[in-house]
Amino acid sequence: MRNSHLTPGVVPGRLSPDDYHDNFSDKAPPFDAHEAAVAADRCYFCHDAPCMTACPTTIDIPLFIREIQTGQPKAAARTILEQNILGGMCARVCPTEQLCEEVCVREVAEGKPVEIGRLQRFATDALMAAGGHPFARAPETGKRIAIVGAGPAGLSCAHRLAMHGHDVVLYDARAKPGGLNEYGIAAYKTVNDFAQAEVAWLMGIGGITIETGKALGRDLHLDTLRGTFDAVFLAIGLAGVNALRIDGEETTHIRDAVDFISELRQAGDLSKIAVGRDVVVIGGGMTAVDAAVQSKLLGAEHVTMVYRRGRERMSASEHEQDHAASKGVRIITGAVPVRFIGKDALEAIEFRYTEETPDGLRETGQTFRLKADQLFKAIGQSLDGAPQGLDLCGRKIAVTGPGRTSLPNVWAGGDCASGGDDLTVTAVAEGRDAAEDIHAQLMV
Amino acid sequence: MADLTTEFAGITSPNPFWLASAPPTDKEYNVRRAFEAGWGGVVWKTLGAEGPPVVNVNGPRYGAVWGADRRLLGLNNIELITDRPLETNLEEMARVKADYPDRALIASIMVPCEEAAWKAILPRVAETGADGIELNFGCPHGMSERGMGSAVGQVPEYIEMVTRWCKEYYDKPVIVKLTPNITDIRYPARAAHNGGADAVSLINTVSSITSVNLDTMSPEPSIDGKGSHGGYCGPAVKPIALNMVAEIARDPETAGLPISGIGGVTTWRDAAEFLALGAGNVQVCTAAMTYGFKVVQEMAAGLSQWMDDKGYKSVAEVTGLATPNVTDWQYLNLNFITKAEIDQDACIKCGRCYAACEDTSHQAIAMSADRTFTVKDEECVACNLCVNVCPVEGCITMRELPTGETDPRTGKPVQDDYANWTMHPNNPSAQAAE
Ligand SMILES: Cc1cc2nc3c(=O)[nH]c(=O)nc-3n(C[C@H](O)[C@H](O)[C@H](O)COP(=O)(O)OP(=O)(O)OC[C@H]3O[C@@H](n4cnc5c(N)ncnc54)[C@H](O)[C@@H]3O)c2cc1C
Ligand SMILES: Cc1cc2nc3c(=O)[nH]c(=O)nc-3n(C[C@H](O)[C@H](O)[C@H](O)COP(=O)(O)O)c2cc1C
Ligand code: SF4
Repeated sequence: MRNSHLTPGVVPGRLSPDDYHDNFSDKAPPFDAHEAAVAADRCYFCHDAPCMTACPTTIDIPLFIREIQTGQPKAAARTILEQNILGGMCARVCPTEQLCEEVCVREVAEGKPVEIGRLQRFATDALMAAGGHPFARAPETGKRIAIVGAGPAGLSCAHRLAMHGHDVVLYDARAKPGGLNEYGIAAYKTVNDFAQAEVAWLMGIGGITIETGKALGRDLHLDTLRGTFDAVFLAIGLAGVNALRIDGEETTHIRDAVDFISELRQAGDLSKIAVGRDVVVIGGGMTAVDAAVQSKLLGAEHVTMVYRRGRERMSASEHEQDHAASKGVRIITGAVPVRFIGKDALEAIEFRYTEETPDGLRETGQTFRLKADQLFKAIGQSLDGAPQGLDLCGRKIAVTGPGRTSLPNVWAGGDCASGGDDLTVTAVAEGRDAAEDIHAQLMV
Repeated sequence: MADLTTEFAGITSPNPFWLASAPPTDKEYNVRRAFEAGWGGVVWKTLGAEGPPVVNVNGPRYGAVWGADRRLLGLNNIELITDRPLETNLEEMARVKADYPDRALIASIMVPCEEAAWKAILPRVAETGADGIELNFGCPHGMSERGMGSAVGQVPEYIEMVTRWCKEYYDKPVIVKLTPNITDIRYPARAAHNGGADAVSLINTVSSITSVNLDTMSPEPSIDGKGSHGGYCGPAVKPIALNMVAEIARDPETAGLPISGIGGVTTWRDAAEFLALGAGNVQVCTAAMTYGFKVVQEMAAGLSQWMDDKGYKSVAEVTGLATPNVTDWQYLNLNFITKAEIDQDACIKCGRCYAACEDTSHQAIAMSADRTFTVKDEECVACNLCVNVCPVEGCITMRELPTGETDPRTGKPVQDDYANWTMHPNNPSAQAAE
């Protein structure tokens, strides 16, 4: 017989095929033309619009919305893509409630912003559906640039450089390009293999070669790259994960959330993915929310997120917390795991409550236990595999201005570089700006 | 509830809302349902002369202009007068009038500009028991090419002549429906008046092309790749109609001539505005075509509520209340000085007022780094553009400067006397007159 949400242990196939399909379909389905017209009409075309400033890639939002209003979604898409070549992905994954839509004057006035993200998707979808590539490449310059990491930062940088006529080789350690667009973002935000479709579309500019399965530090070395290319852009993201540092962390069914999410994203058949009946996720960010929500969507009976500080300190936005809650995820704040209980496999976790004090977070001594047969760790990713010889700033590659590292002719951007939030849109902005800087330097 | 009973040119109806001559009044079936829904009267779809009726196009006959959320703002049509036999229409009119004696039923007529044609049709209309006739001198398309409709309405002499014939061969009220497709509406109104008309009604539709299909390069509505101009109506034409009604109402030569106000009446408020500018009742077409007959219930309830709130006892009392306040530009008081004022609590900081004033007006709004917008009184000429572009109703208002307060723009104190352009020192004729 098939498993259900009540089957004990970590097992696959808890749901019917229809449930899998429904649970992992588009979270915010696309607007149809009429819905888009109505939504676009709400935009006031503000002077010096706050939304534009809030967008890390500074898309001219009032302009693109007006283009939708006047029946030119493809022109709107160009306006978007000129600033943000991954405008299609950003439309799906940006936490707009913390970016453009947060400062929309209608959000401030009525608590109901113009739906910028969904309008952006309407425009970019229209352009991509029409086929072809909207930008033309400048005459070839003969300059060659190596980019390491084909996530949003690397892709954005590659496209901008290629557009300026340079030749780009884009290396990535993994089997597919896209970075976390392909391996990280929640499945229901980017359905129908959109990440790969977007990469293929972006490559339409020409002049970019992608080489997958090539890891810096293993197959490639910065010195060699610097010797053979005119410039190098590092966009390797955060490949490492933080550990809890509790005894027994290697117990069966204790796992990094990012691995689980990546497995889920790559699964052809979701019914093959095993998930616990009682799942606990440690962490308070987007990764924790995504792991928790997707566990629930895979049919776990109980899913609990536990975050060590107060709710207001969680980096997952209120919107995302609400989304988790609406899917039945329970959120406990102010507690840290201290002990894993279980012989061969995980059975329960002991937590201690915490409180904020002037000297920092302190454990109160009061404890509680949660039944758990599976635990996901989502307490942050860290830089891993940064080449020797680069200055670091904290735990990231130190950069100044548009992504300049401490080494000449080496730039860095995205999650691996200092400054900026760890968001897709920020990575796109940094990749683009580094490309402009590289171009300016190579062409003097 | 205020009593909405209206007497218009001697015709009584339970409310001032009549359906204009158009598709809603095309046949017995519609008109009975309209009366059941509450319409006070109908002007039957225009009748033509005896004989084979006109034929309409068999492709689309409407073009449209939409606002937000596809709200219909303007409609244009290339429909002709009734395409049903005269006899059928007359029989139906007689039956309906007999069953609804308290409602107004008016026959709209358009026959060739020959005395014999009018002499022939009028007795037959009289037999139906209709309460009056409306002469359709307005239709801008299809009929005008045949020497009828607006072809007559654009020539005051013809209007006067035909009106005279009608007064001679018909003894109930004659209403003359005017076309807006002329330069000065007062001339046709005066002609109707001189011909003995009991009332005028206006406006008929405005000659228009609503849009062009940029793939086929055909104007819309497209008939086999071609289009012809149509008649425009609906909310978009209301301002044009209001002005024309007011022009006639305040013209001494037509003083007292009853006016049936038509053009874009969509809500009770539109109707109240027509009444205030001098109309004795209103006629409606597009609103009914957009929302169905039931809209009249909102119109009647709203008008009645408003009259109660204001203490008006009858529709007649409202008619013309605003007419004396319509004047010529040269008589406007130049000593009346206002300044825009922004309510900072209501402001949502969109900056539209700033863009409008800075780019296209008088650079009289300041913007601070934190997006606070304030009016520079020393620059503000009180044009009102900021008020009109602000998306928040009531956020920007115009404050009247009291007498004695100094206008920072001119440095002069506000005078309490009235002074207009005819008296202004910059006006060469003013000085010459002295
Ligand atoms: C689970 C999860 C969910 C998220 N959800 C959202 C969201 O909804 N919205 C949002 O805006 N942001 C989200 N983020 C953050 C966002 O995905 C990242 O900020 C963004 O992908 C950073 O882009 P990047 O190009 O810097 O790095 P990445 O996307 O991480 O790409 C780095 C690339 O470099 C490659 N690489 C790494 N090391 C090497 C090496 N040594 N040699 C060669 N290649 C290497 C990797 O294979 C990868 O392809 C999420 C992150 C996670 C983990
Ligand atoms: C489809 C259509 C047909 C019309 N036919 C006539 C007509 O036969 N006779 C007439 O006097 N006016 C006709 N009109 C004009 C209307 O009676 C009315 O004057 C005009 O539509 C303005 O009013 P509104 O804005 O309420 O629609 C017609 C209007 C429309 C839309
Ligand atoms: S990229 Fe993101 S932040 Fe910028 S406009 Fe689009 S949805 Fe908003």
